[in-house]
Amino acid sequence: MASFDAGESKRRCLEHRLRILEISQLVGALHVAPAFSCLEATDTVYNGLMRRGDDGLFRDIFIMSKGHGCMSQYVILEALGILTKEQMAGYCKPYGCLGAHPDYGVAGIEASTGSLGHGLGIAAGMGHAERLLGRDTAVYCLIGDGEMQEGSIWEAVMMTPNLGLSNLVAILDFNDYQGLGRTTETHPHFMPMAEKVRSFGWEAADVDGHDGAAIYDAITKRRGDKPFFLTCHTIKGKGVSYMENVPIWHYRAPNPEEYRKAVAELKGSLA
Amino acid sequence: MRNTFADEFYALGKEDPRLAVIVADISPAGSIAKFREHFPTRFINTGVAEQIMIGLAAGMAMRGLRPFAYTIATFALFRPYEFLRLDLGYQDLPVTVVGIGGGVTYSTLGGTHHAMEDISIAASIPNMQVVAPCDPAETRILTRYLATENRKPTYMRLNKAGEPDLTATAEPFELGRVRYLRRGKDTCLLAYGPIVKQALDVADALEARGESVSVCSVHMIKPLDVEGIVEALKTHKRVVVLEEHVPHGGLTSRVKEVAWDNRASCELKAFTLKDAFIHCYGSHEELLAEHGLGFDAIAASLGISE
Repeated sequence: MASFDAGESKRRCLEHRLRILEISQLVGALHVAPAFSCLEATDTVYNGLMRRGDDGLFRDIFIMSKGHGCMSQYVILEALGILTKEQMAGYCKPYGCLGAHPDYGVAGIEASTGSLGHGLGIAAGMGHAERLLGRDTAVYCLIGDGEMQEGSIWEAVMMTPNLGLSNLVAILDFNDYQGLGRTTETHPHFMPMAEKVRSFGWEAADVDGHDGAAIYDAITKRRGDKPFFLTCHTIKGKGVSYMENVPIWHYRAPNPEEYRKAVAELKGSLA
Repeated sequence: MRNTFADEFYALGKEDPRLAVIVADISPAGSIAKFREHFPTRFINTGVAEQIMIGLAAGMAMRGLRPFAYTIATFALFRPYEFLRLDLGYQDLPVTVVGIGGGVTYSTLGGTHHAMEDISIAASIPNMQVVAPCDPAETRILTRYLATENRKPTYMRLNKAGEPDLTATAEPFELGRVRYLRRGKDTCLLAYGPIVKQALDVADALEARGESVSVCSVHMIKPLDVEGIVEALKTHKRVVVLEEHVPHGGLTSRVKEVAWDNRASCELKAFTLKDAFIHCYGSHEELLAEHGLGFDAIAASLGISE
């Protein structure tokens, strides 16, 4: 089995964060903190888990069900050469193709998300279709913790084991924040998630969501006879002290002074 | 209609391994049982869960399958509406959503089971096609088209079982075109779905009084055959829409829009369900009558005296 270089993962994620901050100075409409919480998970899927064919196209599938986390996906797709610099420059511009939520049809984007609770059902349909078509495709689907409150997620949680979709991996970005507060406070009986999805027929585990190597190990060492649900414990705004767990950064872009401070902090963190 | 759908779907599914059906605890019975038995992995029952029915269909279509979602019209459309809108419409996927019991077919089950505004809300979704065959023969033709050539998200309204064939002597079916079951000069009756039978009965009564009458099955409400509607408006003295649907957002509204846009000068009348939840139980015919869609009310309004 391929190995996953923890140091390389950290280096890449630093670059991804810097790139997101760089874009935040060009366009105000940006979900910085929600992208930072799921960055290591998204990077691990793309750079560790997903297989690419000789044509350069991915043989496995990733769906960003929490669509507002897509800036993490965009910068990774750019680094992989799937999105171009020009496309990135057109982010949220009338001449561009990239919006603040991912759009099906754009290179590397497998589903239009943004309205929460859609990605897991689509992922299950894809996983089932790939089985029917005789392909060994894996489907990775990243979900937000607030998103888990959507009833449709639970319909998908219920159906996925019924269909025996051991080719599906759901990754929960448990940053413990949603619009009006901490998820563990607004819904005090909701977590932990692992025991709930296990009772629906999933295999489940918990991991530090900012440790790429741990995410990689958890997924690659799963038993694999059931759909797999990985709760990633994360910090919203991870990596920039003044953004961490401060709700306003769900949507706010840093001003030039804040930008400089964030860059300095991130660069210092790897020293 | 639903048995014809099931028979045709089974026949097509034997030939094409991409065809799949996802139901939400409601089965078309008949040949779908055979489909389920022969192709268990292409028959999915989500149970009483309609959002995942549409979500699965979307994901399957994205990987190259041709899924049909199937349940009672209210639950096929109203409950998972945003999934039709985003998963199917926004992503423009070739999924057919079959809603049975369109209109007030389930006449004893109450308003929870009536799909009175299904055409309107399905048609309001960009990319979404809306079709409604009038009899088993049209159901067969449309099912075949949707399973083979169609590339758009589509809502197909069916009623239930036991509808008569109405199109044996009709002009040939041409997809999306207003289809004449009979052709006359004075009055043109436009309808879709099994209420076309009512239109034929009204036509008989008008003809008995010496009128020359056309009856059309408008089996595709979106995209609408605007040219065909314009022709009907321009070549008849009177156009009458019969629609088992609320007054707004369906064929009636569309025909009135087309009439205005094209300066139609004919008389234009419409008979629809009321814009109301009626708390009335009985046969399908009795509910239609309660809504003002009974033969007698229509005949009286059109000046036909028995």
